[in-house]
Amino acid sequence: MSREAMEMPPKGGFSFDLCKRNDMLVKKGLKEPSFLKTGTTIVGLIFKDGVILGADTRATEGPIVADKNCEKIHYMAPNIYCCGAGTAADTEAVTDMVSSQLKLHRYHTGRESRVVTALSLLKSHLFSYQGYVSAALVLGGVDVTGPHLHTIYPHGSTDTLPFATMGSGSLAAMAVFESKYREGLTRDEGVKLVSEAICSGIFNDLGSGSNVDICVITKGAKEYLRNHMLPNPRTYISEKGYSFSKKTEVLRTKITPLREMVEVIEGGDAMEE
Amino acid sequence: MTKQQANWSPYDNNGGTCVAIAGTDYCVIAADTRMSSGYNILTRDYSKIIQLVDTSVLASSGFQADVRALQKVLAAKHLQYQYQHNKQMSCPAMAQLLSNTLYYKRFFPYYAFNVLGGLDREGKGCVFTYDAVGSYERVGYSSQGSGSTLITPFLDNQLKSPGPLLLPARDAVTPLSESEAIDLVKTCFASATERDIYTGDKLEILILNASGTRVEYMELRKD
Repeated sequence: MSREAMEMPPKGGFSFDLCKRNDMLVKKGLKEPSFLKTGTTIVGLIFKDGVILGADTRATEGPIVADKNCEKIHYMAPNIYCCGAGTAADTEAVTDMVSSQLKLHRYHTGRESRVVTALSLLKSHLFSYQGYVSAALVLGGVDVTGPHLHTIYPHGSTDTLPFATMGSGSLAAMAVFESKYREGLTRDEGVKLVSEAICSGIFNDLGSGSNVDICVITKGAKEYLRNHMLPNPRTYISEKGYSFSKKTEVLRTKITPLREMVEVIEGGDAMEE
Repeated sequence: MTKQQANWSPYDNNGGTCVAIAGTDYCVIAADTRMSSGYNILTRDYSKIIQLVDTSVLASSGFQADVRALQKVLAAKHLQYQYQHNKQMSCPAMAQLLSNTLYYKRFFPYYAFNVLGGLDREGKGCVFTYDAVGSYERVGYSSQGSGSTLITPFLDNQLKSPGPLLLPARDAVTPLSESEAIDLVKTCFASATERDIYTGDKLEILILNASGTRVEYMELRKD
């Protein structure tokens, strides 16, 4: 073993040292640990006075629902919000990180954050990780230059659009947008259209479900409508309820004394050869 | 030189969950009606249950093309039995037939996860549970399909089946009444639907007892 084997991995980026060993283990039959993906339908659209973002609230681990009501619309700045699809840990980490960077930038410049700033920070981070940070984002906000809406892909490419959808339910949601979107929607029309698009994802995509979250961003104001719609109540609750016995059943009790009690006789010849 | 892998599979999984519970004089067989493929829903209204005989009902989840083929084979074999023996098959007889049919295709299996429910010749409820190649066992209750891992522990807790090796042999059927068993099944599916993406839309329940067969439906979450 040469001395170089004990060096720390290079600064920044992922260390791929264990990939070969992981491949060997998978070939031997080990199941790789799964990670929490958000399945997801996320959308954004630009309306007359600003931007509306929407998201469903289901987080899946393979075929199982891990969280029935998670939050996919992340805060970036007072005037900028970001919806995230893909690996939940990645979307959380990357939006938190850029949100902190934006705050520092606001202190440094003394100005309100711009959407393109968040965009550049996110895309350069994702590009440097070559797609391994599995975060697909819909970034929206209103700044001095006006309302903006962007999509960001895991490899770092971006699009600037009047309406956008991402996630496994993106096709279902885009079908609604392509049919009903027009320029210059009012706030209520916009919220209704976003809700319809998210519902389309919720009911037609198995990776999306539960409730609709909405965020309306306008010049100088924002409205975070958590659980704006709850179209999926539990369908059956038994009236009589169920009882679960508090403890595990005791099937058998057996006490084995570990040490025999020995009588010690005083002054006796105990240790004779 | 790595082994060549197939780039096409003859199987697909259409998801879904089936449950059956045997009672002293009834049997409840239930399945959801959602048929899916990958992340898509193919239809919200597909029955996985078929009544083969007055006293035998088969519920199968898995690959529905194989399930449909299996149902047709069993129905045909049952018709032949009726002609040859001048009587209908009993539920335990149908259970054995299903096992043999599945094992017949041991080296290209039916991708079907079956639960057979019904009444035996004494009128008592019986449930038989299978794997894909025909291994079966008579039990007091069973669950198969994508939601089975969520439902089985709950049924184990509520129905407390006696061990199969106990002496004297204890009855596996539950002492619950018919309506209590139906309530239990509805709760199972409502709960499984919350956490399993492949289970939902509608629940179809078949109840077999001395007076015949009854069917009930219940709405489930559609997301």
